[in-house]
Amino acid sequence: MGLFGKTSFASIIHRIFGKKHAKIGIYGPPNVGKTTLANRILRDWTGEIMGSVSEIPHETRTAKWKKDVKIENGRSSLFMDIVDTPGISTKVDYKEFMNTYGLDKDESKQRAKEATEGVIESIRWLEGIDGVLLVMDSTQDPFTQVNITILGNLEARNLPVLIAANKIDMEKSSPATLKSAFPQHPVIPISALTGYNSENLYSTMVNQFSRKRKKRGR
Amino acid sequence: MSKNIDGISVNLVSRDKLGEFSSAEKLNFIIKEVKKGKVLVLEQGLTPFEQTELIEHTMKEIKQDTFIGIEIEGYSEDKQTFMQRIFRIIKKPRMTVIGPADLLKTIRKDSNMIQTQIILGTGAK
Repeated sequence: MGLFGKTSFASIIHRIFGKKHAKIGIYGPPNVGKTTLANRILRDWTGEIMGSVSEIPHETRTAKWKKDVKIENGRSSLFMDIVDTPGISTKVDYKEFMNTYGLDKDESKQRAKEATEGVIESIRWLEGIDGVLLVMDSTQDPFTQVNITILGNLEARNLPVLIAANKIDMEKSSPATLKSAFPQHPVIPISALTGYNSENLYSTMVNQFSRKRKKRGR
Repeated sequence: MSKNIDGISVNLVSRDKLGEFSSAEKLNFIIKEVKKGKVLVLEQGLTPFEQTELIEHTMKEIKQDTFIGIEIEGYSEDKQTFMQRIFRIIKKPRMTVIGPADLLKTIRKDSNMIQTQIILGTGAK
């Protein structure tokens, strides 16, 4: 047993310098599994769920949040306010909801209108959060402008980012592509649907989001 | 959005021209031109904050039957070197292409090339 008994030196440093509470935004383009992941996190740590999921893009059109979710990684823990944000996109076409997903015209137009408002709400939430869990679809090309824009914005704000390479349960998934695309950030391959590798995600969330950041102005 | 039936304008905008604008003016210029059905190639792209403001601005401008948003692709800022960080030298974002989402479609993008297509008639989907 060392000088500090069973408590590791790292955990003492963390207690002194680390954060105890952080507001974490779950961000990403539509249909990458943000709400599925939010549901997974809440189900594992609170027994609740955040919201409904759908194969139709823009299912989440207003931000939803759950306060004081305690996540532990064995050595330390962090209370998080988890914010599930609407998907960010540069276009919203109601005809896509009609032609691809079979919604009727009125329903499609209403969904499109709410989706545009949701994108604006997501961007505005960036002002008040402490860190971002950026969800990407590991079956898709990671170099989309939305991914680049969100990451660039978070880096400019000096916010801690953790990339969840989701949908690794799918055959076409390639989390290695995401890792090589964004080597400056931790990338955790997961399946929000099955829960595969979620323990690794939680452990990294506690480490990544406990760090205090230096404020940087715009 | 009005499309010229004789063709689509693709305008290359110099960094000098963009440099004359404030951020707000730059975004207004882009939205105004794109809503007219023009494709813009910016010699110097937008900062991350400008990009998110452009998305926000675009969402406010969407009219369901005439303007469904934008297609935008570009290269992010080069990483600052240690000395540049010390002396607070801000590196400018790189080339960016922006157009109406029903007209411009990104085919492929890698670290060397952004490949896009202008789709006439039914527009890009």
